[in-house]
Amino acid sequence: MADADRKDTPEQAEFRTYCQDWLAHNHPGKPPVRIPLGALELSDPKALTWLQAWQRSAFDAGLVGCDYPVEFGGGGRKNCQTIANQEMQRAKTPFFPNIIGLGMAAPTVLFHAQDSVKSDLLPRLFSGEDIWCQGFSEPGAGSDLANQQTFAERRGDSWVINGHKVWTSLAHFASWMILLCRTDKSDKYNGLSYFVVPIQTAIGKGVTVRPLIKMTGETGFNEVIFEDLVVEDRYRLDAVGAGWKVAMTTLSHERGAGELVTPAAGGMTQEDTKGANTGSPSALIELAKNSYRNGKTAADDPLIRDEIVKMMIRQEAFRQNQRRALVPQLIDHPMRIPLQNKLIGTEFNQDLAEIAYAIEGPASSLYLNDDNAPGGGEWQLAYMNSFGVTIAAGANEVQRNILAERVLGMPKSK
Amino acid sequence: MIEQPKNFGFGEDETMLRDSAAKFFSDHCTPDKIHRQVANNSNIHRNIECIWDKTLWRQIADLGWTAACVPESAGGIGMPLVAAVALAEEAGRAAFPSPLISTFNATFVLRECRTANANAALAEIASGKPMTLAITNQQGSWEPSDTDVLVDNGQLSGTAWFVQDARKAEGLIVSARSAAGVGLYYVAANAAGVLMTADGIIDLTRDQAHINFSGVNAIEVAAPGLGEIALAHALPAIQVVLAADMVGAGEWLLQTTVEYTNTRIQFDRPLGFFQAVKHPLVNVMLDIDRAKSLAYSAACAIDSDPERKDWATTRKLAHMAKANASDMAVFASSRAVQFHGGIGFTWECYVHLFFKRQMHNQMLFGDAKYHRAMLADMLIGKAS
Repeated sequence: MADADRKDTPEQAEFRTYCQDWLAHNHPGKPPVRIPLGALELSDPKALTWLQAWQRSAFDAGLVGCDYPVEFGGGGRKNCQTIANQEMQRAKTPFFPNIIGLGMAAPTVLFHAQDSVKSDLLPRLFSGEDIWCQGFSEPGAGSDLANQQTFAERRGDSWVINGHKVWTSLAHFASWMILLCRTDKSDKYNGLSYFVVPIQTAIGKGVTVRPLIKMTGETGFNEVIFEDLVVEDRYRLDAVGAGWKVAMTTLSHERGAGELVTPAAGGMTQEDTKGANTGSPSALIELAKNSYRNGKTAADDPLIRDEIVKMMIRQEAFRQNQRRALVPQLIDHPMRIPLQNKLIGTEFNQDLAEIAYAIEGPASSLYLNDDNAPGGGEWQLAYMNSFGVTIAAGANEVQRNILAERVLGMPKSK
Repeated sequence: MIEQPKNFGFGEDETMLRDSAAKFFSDHCTPDKIHRQVANNSNIHRNIECIWDKTLWRQIADLGWTAACVPESAGGIGMPLVAAVALAEEAGRAAFPSPLISTFNATFVLRECRTANANAALAEIASGKPMTLAITNQQGSWEPSDTDVLVDNGQLSGTAWFVQDARKAEGLIVSARSAAGVGLYYVAANAAGVLMTADGIIDLTRDQAHINFSGVNAIEVAAPGLGEIALAHALPAIQVVLAADMVGAGEWLLQTTVEYTNTRIQFDRPLGFFQAVKHPLVNVMLDIDRAKSLAYSAACAIDSDPERKDWATTRKLAHMAKANASDMAVFASSRAVQFHGGIGFTWECYVHLFFKRQMHNQMLFGDAKYHRAMLADMLIGKAS
């Protein structure tokens, strides 16, 4: 419905036809290995290699970075990434593995790096050849992001970096990192600077990557230790001391509220990737119809029915929010809906999986290592993993502060 | 899937109408004025009154609000439902004491009757006659086929319950049963044999009554059996307009509470500094936005599907809009009173006007649980 009421520009219409045609012939098909729910959960190198090949082929075809300038590896188009994304979703493709590169690093590099750095780094970012990770969080800088302790000290034309980053998704596969760190200890916000730094080529030469094991038992994120890593000054983004401003570019794109639309494939059903769908209320209905409670199916239980319908209302409302966000006369603050999206999306998935626990009853005790687990234990995995995203990218408590302060105009909680 | 217009069909005309309504209310219906008008007597055992400003009603009729959703063929303006939704949102934001929503509801029902008598009643609405629906039985059922009124030989007998804005309305659209099913009938509110008994209700911005009919001569606007169908066809529009009223009132409660917590100082800080206050207010905002998006999308779906080709989708959206708005109305009201603290608990604070209107709105034409149960049957399948 959201698509039907917006007419494509001539350029978009032509590009849409092109995407449809290309996707009809170049869909990568079913994956040969289990693909996790999202790129941040990638831990199997075979899954990564397969997804990188898919991103590469989509990039070569012009479906990645459509709206970026040609000289930096982009397509030089206008408002076409959203068309490519829609068509990839429609074609039910796998996701792109370089999610941090595409969603956060690319716009930040484009808006704040030197041209030579853009042309060096962006093409390999778009193709997926270079995987990127994000070095923001630290043991003492979680929700209080500006409390950065990792320090970059100027030495001639270079910087020497020391510090400790945590919760670094994809660092075990990453060639590059976007790094927020401190260059001045006397000023909390204006003492921050922003760099892009090599990871893979610097391992053992100032960089150590250690896996952190999640509560699910999966790997996927890491801690990254910097010990006298030397980085050329050309990899600094924007001015010394402007790190907070640059980080805001990253964060606004991460939260889906940035200027550029993130290249995002996806839509491949979870049945195709791993055997169970855990992402929608309709999957919950299927689960309920096949689970039992008091001698009837869970789908006959009035309380379970009510919970499922609540989720369906939230899903529809999210869709209609996106539609209304495009109607200025029905919006009283331009960021009111965009700034809600991270919060709403992550809590939706968490609540969905929580209801699955209730539906499964005693069988909800079974996990991936038990053949009798309903849906292969994927709902339980999804529930635990859902906390990754309600915490990451600014915990949802911080998101609520942002909405209260920026949209409602309430006093700052700091 | 039915093709829908851009921007929910909310174009320049609708924007102008909405903006002029907002201006009208800020000029004529400020909360202090309404409070002086409808809340001048706090006595629990006060006489049941019906207080409203008829000159304002005349003005909004002259502005074309009652004609907005009357078809052009019946002497109206023929605007889409999103226009009524926008007016209802503004009326809710002002807690406007008037039969506007009731008259809209009568309009939606009469539009579905497609008879000369119904069109004549619509023409009266277009020229500013307030009307309301008398279609609910003593059990408070929202089912179109449920009524305690019987029709025999063109005469009504029995009682209609929970009639909204009854003493403000000049015309009643009554559902009544005969052997051939439920029909709809137009009765002048002052007709012989109509006995109206006012209900003592909590909402100060409305009036409500039960109405006894004893052999009242009535004009048939929908034949027996067709009346309940017309009602069923009008229900989504009715639900959506009520949802919009709650969205407007919810936004008033949110903004007023934000303002209060920004200025009220405790522990040397404004209350709004504390996340125990801040976060629930953000949750109220999320709830309002969901309800608003669902209300406009449901209205647009109704506008886009006059032939009811995709009726299940349209009904689904309307049920969702009313369910979400009803829950939001309760939540926004409760947080507004709570965060206003002691003053929020008093009669002098305007919050209670909106609290009471929201608690009334949330149950009208089905509360959240009612609509979710309907949705469960549609989306999951009937329970065994």
